[in-house]
Amino acid sequence: MIKHLLSMDQLSADQITHVLDTAEQLRSVTDRPIKKLPTLRGRTVCNLFYEASTRTRISFELAAKRLSADVINFSADSKSSVAKGESFKDTAWTLEAMGVDAIIVRHSSSGAPHQLARWVKASVLNAGDGSHEHPTQALLDLFSIRQHFKDFEGLKVSIVGDVLHSRVARSNVKGLVTMGADVTLVGPPTLIPPQAAGWGATISHDLDSVIGDVDICYLLRVQKERQNEQLFPSLREYAALWGLDSRRQARMKRDSLVMHPGPMNRGVEISADVSESPRSIILDQVSNGLAVRMSLLYLMLGGDRPDSAGTVPELSEQLV
Amino acid sequence: MVDPASGLNEIADVRIADGSITEIAPDLEGDGAEVIDADGAVVAPGFVDVHTHLREPGREDEETIASASAGAAAGGYTAICAMPNTDPVCDTSSVAEKVWALGRETGLVDVRVAGALSRGLQGAVMADIGEMVHSAARVRMFTDDGHGVQDSLFARRTMEYLVAFDGIYAEHCEDAALAADGQMHEGDRSAGLGLRGIPAEAEELMAARDIALARLTGCRLHLLHVSTAGSVELVRRAKAEGARITAEATPHHFTLTDAALETYDPLMKVNPPLRASEDLDAIVRGLADGTIDAIATDHAPHAVEEKDQEFSYAPPGMLGLETALALGLTQLVEPGHLDLSRLVEVLSTQPARILGLTDQGSLEVGSAANVVVFDPSARWTVDASSLQSRSRNTPFDGRELTGRVMHTFFGGRPTVHDGKVLSEATI
Repeated sequence: MIKHLLSMDQLSADQITHVLDTAEQLRSVTDRPIKKLPTLRGRTVCNLFYEASTRTRISFELAAKRLSADVINFSADSKSSVAKGESFKDTAWTLEAMGVDAIIVRHSSSGAPHQLARWVKASVLNAGDGSHEHPTQALLDLFSIRQHFKDFEGLKVSIVGDVLHSRVARSNVKGLVTMGADVTLVGPPTLIPPQAAGWGATISHDLDSVIGDVDICYLLRVQKERQNEQLFPSLREYAALWGLDSRRQARMKRDSLVMHPGPMNRGVEISADVSESPRSIILDQVSNGLAVRMSLLYLMLGGDRPDSAGTVPELSEQLV
Repeated sequence: MVDPASGLNEIADVRIADGSITEIAPDLEGDGAEVIDADGAVVAPGFVDVHTHLREPGREDEETIASASAGAAAGGYTAICAMPNTDPVCDTSSVAEKVWALGRETGLVDVRVAGALSRGLQGAVMADIGEMVHSAARVRMFTDDGHGVQDSLFARRTMEYLVAFDGIYAEHCEDAALAADGQMHEGDRSAGLGLRGIPAEAEELMAARDIALARLTGCRLHLLHVSTAGSVELVRRAKAEGARITAEATPHHFTLTDAALETYDPLMKVNPPLRASEDLDAIVRGLADGTIDAIATDHAPHAVEEKDQEFSYAPPGMLGLETALALGLTQLVEPGHLDLSRLVEVLSTQPARILGLTDQGSLEVGSAANVVVFDPSARWTVDASSLQSRSRNTPFDGRELTGRVMHTFFGGRPTVHDGKVLSEATI
């Protein structure tokens, strides 16, 4: 398994399948009365979050704890940490000096996990960097899709919204294309970089022309803080042209799904009734995040490496 | 000996006496003079850098006039032009004279001074242009480098005003609104890396505006660090129409592309950003065919802790003085894009003409002995820790390059001997 998880570029289809299969096995832990495995006992995992996060940080923390790792949480708003206090590099070296085994990092600056990986010996897991990538989100999304569709090959997935600034979109396009899905990026041209045509996805500016044909409609969060950048005239117009409401949803194929990485802006990219409709697997995405992150920590921190006796403990044995 | 100014390109000896070149001929007699064996080496007029950030006053931890002078001498330079974005900004004659005087005191190169166009580089109120022109520093070039002048009326007025002094309006071409918060060249790579792009058009729009305003006002225009194929084409057309325009390009823009950003290494962050390979090719062609007049380093020292930050927080800029010649030889001459004579022209002859330095850029008998002797085929590996600069932010650390300075003479005195910078005490 890879040492660091910085980008979905690093994972082949086989490796992605292995992560998802392992997550499948680990998911059962969640259903047991004692929701804990001894695998990472004595290992230390640090959540280094320079940007606010609820679900991702809690999900990683819980995943590490379920595997019996010790968890440290370090949160710092990136702007205040620049204005005063320790530099990113010094913080990295401090954690290194304390002997952490893995650093899960979220940062508003694209590439921060790549820099961190050059500074420390610990494994680095990218929990979202700027507008670059969010690979664990892509993996949990693939896991969630696989619960409903046997095969990714030829699966029609539309990713709708602010692709330009979305780390979720970049990671998902890479993961889905690697797995053989047909990805269409939908949104106004101000939010879809033309270069995305080189990512193996097709581009559309008309949601109505694609909605009837998709297996999955994946909605991205509209970043309201970018309202003053004049990317579209108003939230109302955005909702009318690129939002998924019940009227558009009615045109979707039977068995097609609606996904969203959260947090949602109800009434903008997704209407309240669609978010709560039977097609929506948005809450499954959240709960699957735990199993996928357990899988990654397990595989990357050597849960499947030989022990002192030279035997590789089967995951299934540990689960007994 | 290679001297494009006098058309010299032959094997010969040169005699330096009393600060001047007194004789050039094959097989000169020693006559008791100190003899430097330059067999196989190139003797050329000392290099002139139109675009150097000295950081003094204000950031002496990053560079001083003395350390930049030493780096310049080590790189074969005998004149450099200090950019005005210091703290305080060089927008008055007192700052200009201070920088100029500190340069003279160091005595390793001729430190010329570029003045700000606007007070505090704010692009709103004219700096003390005439006073700087008439100061001891005799400022000739004016620029708000680091920023483009956004207000077209202000650009027009300063150009008009500069005509009185035959001053040069030098522009850092960048439309600030289009480039806002940009981290790298806008293209496939910026889209993939999730870094906000600076489109080529942000540079080209201002270049086109300035060319139009130079035509309107009759002012001399110099375009700093031209980085895009479109800008090169704009300069080419303007020159064909007879505009009074010159342009420079940096070694990093003819050596590196945005591919270098893949690892998010802040050492690769620079403004204007490293561009696409088509842009690099256009810069090389522009240097070869005369569209681009000069290689300028845009030497921009930054402290280690400033560059050791998250990519988007790190300041843009790279060191340049000590690697410019070798990059020119390695990237331009070795592959056959430029011949040696043209390289000397863009490193010395032309930049001396742009700045109006009559005692630089020539090896003619009787001219001041500002001379560089370099080995055009020596291979060496750049070691950031052994540079003269107080900073370490070269993107070329560990890179093997061809061509090394052996000796530099400034006003007839050796400043570099056998590759070693001679301190003031030994000069």
